[in-house]
Amino acid sequence: MSTPATFLTEEMRQQAIGVESQPVTMEVEKGHIQRFAEAIGDTNPVYNDEAAARKSSYGSLVAPPTFLRSVRGVNLELPFELSFSRRLDGGSDWEYFQPVRPGDRITAVARVAELSERSGRLGTMVFMTTITTYTNQFDEVVATQTNTLIAY
Amino acid sequence: MAEQVYWEDVTEGMELPSLVKEPTTRQLVQYAGASGDFYEIHYDKDFAIGNQLDGPILHGALKSAFLGQLVTDWIGPQGALKRLQCQYRGMDAPGNAITAKGAVTRKYEEDGQRLVDCSIWLENAEGQNTTPGNATVILPSRSG
Repeated sequence: MSTPATFLTEEMRQQAIGVESQPVTMEVEKGHIQRFAEAIGDTNPVYNDEAAARKSSYGSLVAPPTFLRSVRGVNLELPFELSFSRRLDGGSDWEYFQPVRPGDRITAVARVAELSERSGRLGTMVFMTTITTYTNQFDEVVATQTNTLIAY
Repeated sequence: MAEQVYWEDVTEGMELPSLVKEPTTRQLVQYAGASGDFYEIHYDKDFAIGNQLDGPILHGALKSAFLGQLVTDWIGPQGALKRLQCQYRGMDAPGNAITAKGAVTRKYEEDGQRLVDCSIWLENAEGQNTTPGNATVILPSRSG
């Protein structure tokens, strides 16, 4: 697929900013936390050892800082087709407000914060910044993640 | 596990104990399963090459997980992570060791919390910083 020389117009940008996803809810399972910690190679006992976790500042098992990446299916439907087939992750910025514990029901909502276009090694690239807010079953915001997606 | 670090013990410029990671394609598949991110550029060589890459690359989010571990290992069970930010500037491939590093940039008190800002990054075998970032942590105090 060939990449268009220029893609994004100011009108498209304005249409996209503020678009929000449907909420997606995931129940946090103890086994999932353990599999995630194993996959990232993190042996911290606060993820898998109840006795050790109890003595931590959290008082119970918690999820690793980037665990909420495993909330899948948060889809942003832009009012136009982002006509690039390839994707790269440009970076992420997490803010944490509450620990995430096994048994939590976390609801994620993403919102488009910015859209821009640049030319680089991979041709025309569209940068989409989204902010995902994660809320637990007590209506407390546990974390926000600002993420930059690169489409090229 | 290292001893608990306290806010009073921290000085600006102090380095965090570095963390060496040796990701393999197997780990990327494991991470794909655990995170649900099955984008093929992370484990399918032909697909990655078809996407103008030299081969499979690490998930950006796995790299931020390595930086998260660097920081949470350092702050210990009584510390808390407040912010974790990084940019995936350079690509990292499985089979190559990367080292997570960090240094304290600021120590301060705000809203009754004892905070420390750190510069954090991943360094590849050539010594290049592929993933620059920053973290803010809350540390316990010796005075309780």
